[in-house]
Amino acid sequence: MRRLFVFVILFLLSVPVIAQRIAGFVKDTKGVGVPGASVAVKGSYDGGTSDSTGRFSFTTSEKGAIVVVVSAIGYKTVEASVPAGQAGGLSITLKEEITELKAVVISAGSFEASDKKKATVLSPIDIVTTASANADVTGAVKTLPGAQQVGESEGLFVRGGTAQETKTYIDGTLVNNFFYSSVPGIAQRGRFSPFIFKGTVFSAGGYSALYGQALSSALILESIDLPEMSSGSAGISVIGVNGGYQKLARNKRSSWGVSYGYTNLALAFALLKQIPEYPQVPAYHTGDANFRIKTSGTGMLKYYGYFSQNVLGLRRPSIDTPGYKDAFKLKNFNMYHNVSYKETIGRWKLAAGLSFATSADDVKGDLVDANNKTVSLAGMEDKSFSYDADGQYVNAKLVLDYRLKGLSAVRFGSEYNYSRDQNKFRRYTGVVYPSTVAEHLTSLFGEADVYVTNNLAAKVGGRLEHSAILEKVNVAPRLSLAYKTGAESQASVAYGIFYQDPERRYFPAQNGLDFAKATHYIAQFQKTNAKQTLRTEIFYKRYQHLVKTAETFGQTTATGSTGYGDAQGFEVFWRDKATIKNFDYWISYSYLDTKRDYLNFPTAIEPSFAARHTASLVMKKFVSSMQTQFNASYTYATGRPYYNIRYDGSKYAIYDQGRTKDYNSMSISVNYLPNLFKKNAGAGRYSVIVFSVTNVMGADNVYGYNYSSNGIRKVAIVPPSKTFVFLGAFINFGLDRREDVINSNL
Amino acid sequence: MKTILLSCAFLLATSIAFAQSEKYMSTMAAKVVAVDTTFSPAGLVELSNSFERIADVEKTQWLPYYYAALTEINSGYMQAKGADIMSGKMAVIFDPIADRAEALLNKAEALSKDNSEIWTVKKMITSLRMMGNPMQRYKMMEQATDELETARKLNPENPRVYMLLGQDKFTTPEQFGGSKEEAAKLFALAIEKFKAAKPESAIAPRWGRGTVEYFMKAADKQ
Repeated sequence: MRRLFVFVILFLLSVPVIAQRIAGFVKDTKGVGVPGASVAVKGSYDGGTSDSTGRFSFTTSEKGAIVVVVSAIGYKTVEASVPAGQAGGLSITLKEEITELKAVVISAGSFEASDKKKATVLSPIDIVTTASANADVTGAVKTLPGAQQVGESEGLFVRGGTAQETKTYIDGTLVNNFFYSSVPGIAQRGRFSPFIFKGTVFSAGGYSALYGQALSSALILESIDLPEMSSGSAGISVIGVNGGYQKLARNKRSSWGVSYGYTNLALAFALLKQIPEYPQVPAYHTGDANFRIKTSGTGMLKYYGYFSQNVLGLRRPSIDTPGYKDAFKLKNFNMYHNVSYKETIGRWKLAAGLSFATSADDVKGDLVDANNKTVSLAGMEDKSFSYDADGQYVNAKLVLDYRLKGLSAVRFGSEYNYSRDQNKFRRYTGVVYPSTVAEHLTSLFGEADVYVTNNLAAKVGGRLEHSAILEKVNVAPRLSLAYKTGAESQASVAYGIFYQDPERRYFPAQNGLDFAKATHYIAQFQKTNAKQTLRTEIFYKRYQHLVKTAETFGQTTATGSTGYGDAQGFEVFWRDKATIKNFDYWISYSYLDTKRDYLNFPTAIEPSFAARHTASLVMKKFVSSMQTQFNASYTYATGRPYYNIRYDGSKYAIYDQGRTKDYNSMSISVNYLPNLFKKNAGAGRYSVIVFSVTNVMGADNVYGYNYSSNGIRKVAIVPPSKTFVFLGAFINFGLDRREDVINSNL
Repeated sequence: MKTILLSCAFLLATSIAFAQSEKYMSTMAAKVVAVDTTFSPAGLVELSNSFERIADVEKTQWLPYYYAALTEINSGYMQAKGADIMSGKMAVIFDPIADRAEALLNKAEALSKDNSEIWTVKKMITSLRMMGNPMQRYKMMEQATDELETARKLNPENPRVYMLLGQDKFTTPEQFGGSKEEAAKLFALAIEKFKAAKPESAIAPRWGRGTVEYFMKAADKQ
């Protein structure tokens, strides 16, 4: 018996002695050797690693037929069975795995900003350090190709489109009143601080089926997640004061914050002469509140709420009645609430958003004499009017995303937009003309990301919308393709149909209106690395079913959706942080050729908001020895056309036209980041002193011309003051943003 | 006869188990030594592959997965020398390495929760990811700091925690909070902990002392 034990043990121990040698070659689908591949004998310690040429060789104690598992980074793992007795000459082919880093990014038409995986163009720090932007999101976006330099009204005019054709989305849902209420001849700022957004995507066309109701462009903003730490902030400047507090819970799973600001331009206007008279200088109260809760490892619930109340009153010489002045008064109260929720469960991703907003405008117009007394002149009675505009808006959106093999994914969902705009217009006679326009827009959308290889990807999607007010349905296909042409370069094309409701003011219309329609064709080439970006794009855009208007009894009304137009052009963008240390600059150039026949245009003409050539140069230099950043930007645009279009009783005709002189503006800003406080253990404090001057050279810019109602006189539309000077100091307790500034310049 | 057969079977079973555990210990021990002496990226990948093979057989041991992750991530750090880190180009190389190391380390963590050594490697993975594109990912430094702090809390005697703290202080520019002096203190502390450390077994983590000494020499030269 003992002999048997010994035999058994000897047998057991002797097994490893009998070994076989396995050798072979691991290659990719092109036949090139794959180095560093693991070749493991299944269920055993034995195995080897391929050398720099893809060859491997090892010995194994396993006998008979074995299974080897071959894996390498960037490739799909394969198993191969090796029949008993086959020692060498194994040949294993690995297929490339589609990975986010290597894969092509579908990018035609959009500028991805601050998205970690994609090329960064603009971060919040980029926005506040762009000299001409005055810390306004759209101000910085205007230095990117595709956007026009329109100074007489707010909004983004993109590729021959009007400001109404650009829509803004926060965390996926539509924002109805992104800008402060319009004031004639003066562009208003966006309402939201750039620091509440972590990412800004500016798409000049060809965007995804997830976004609708924008004919030309989409500005997609993503709000920040949990702050890095609790912090307090305070600021004082020539235009106002502000303060805020952000509290991060001890477990870092939730946070809340509030902030308040008061802006009053009295001091600034006293120092810098304004062309209009301001009986009521612009003054604003703004406040916001937020909370963010991490509901799980991947789940996040966010709320952002905002309110603002602002007043303004101005007087300008009346063009129709020399010696008299047109007075304009505006009061606005605005609220915006947005709740969003994101969660990932296995291959599924869910994103839901709900927003609610209200806006109440109280506007009054008058004609006043030299002593500012309200007067009524024969034929000019309609200079006295008032209106109350109240809007309520609800937007809800649900997106489900299912990740297929590799990077391919399908996405679908639904969106609901409700708006109710109530307007009470009061004529000088005292008669009130009330109107209420309510719209329910229901949409379904779906799209698929198809990665054919790491080098070729397609995004195929579609959107279906039903409008209650139009009683119509539209179907909008979208398609983009991207092909990687080199390690840092790729070419893409995009095609899509985009629909948008006519502006609310054209409802109710006598004849039925239709969705305005735009068809985009875009081709793009880009070359990017972390420090340099080159993008070139050419596009063609066709407009159909634009609103046309006529005059009935002195009132402008919509006659139908028979307008049309087109736009074509090309754009170049170059950003470089590499060539000079601590120096960051970008150049953009846009060429635009567009014509349209809409509203009161007698025929297809170049619209007054389109310049042929637009170019911007933005420069930022950080001098670390001085703890100071110097910023400058220069924008140039060729003159824009202007027209005197009047109704002669039966049709509109052009009575006068011309082209404004070229637009030039150079702006500078200096951010000084003094080390006022020594860094305590843990709590960082930082302060920044900002000084900026827009249009520092004092160029006389003309945005267009206003004509008197009889067409005899014309007056240039100019900015309310040539230059604007800003000086402010901001202190932040807890969070040190200096690193952000320094890092954005590396 | 029955008892003989039973005891025979028992003996056979234990001898197999014994042979296996001895094979595990001896195979591992040889490779664990190599962790501290292998510096080429290819050599480290090969080492990582062999740890993974052991791990896939010994499905209940956290150490092979831990070492597979550690050597994998080290293969990334070895490629950082002389590379243009600030360009962001290294993400293409570092990210897949970090992904693989993370997958391996997750398997180790599933077998051994709240393990200071595992949190130390977590920090190393996060830092390598950050180095893939520092300009865009510098905020990951905070995550790395948190992970290392967790490692320290779980075992304040772990010398590798102080080694990594020292390395960070040593390599970070002063305007961002780096300090050669503080680094030197941390390295000295790490050496103390290395001297006091009593690894649980021949294959328990013991690596790092050579690295600390390398950095201390580099500090002396400056």
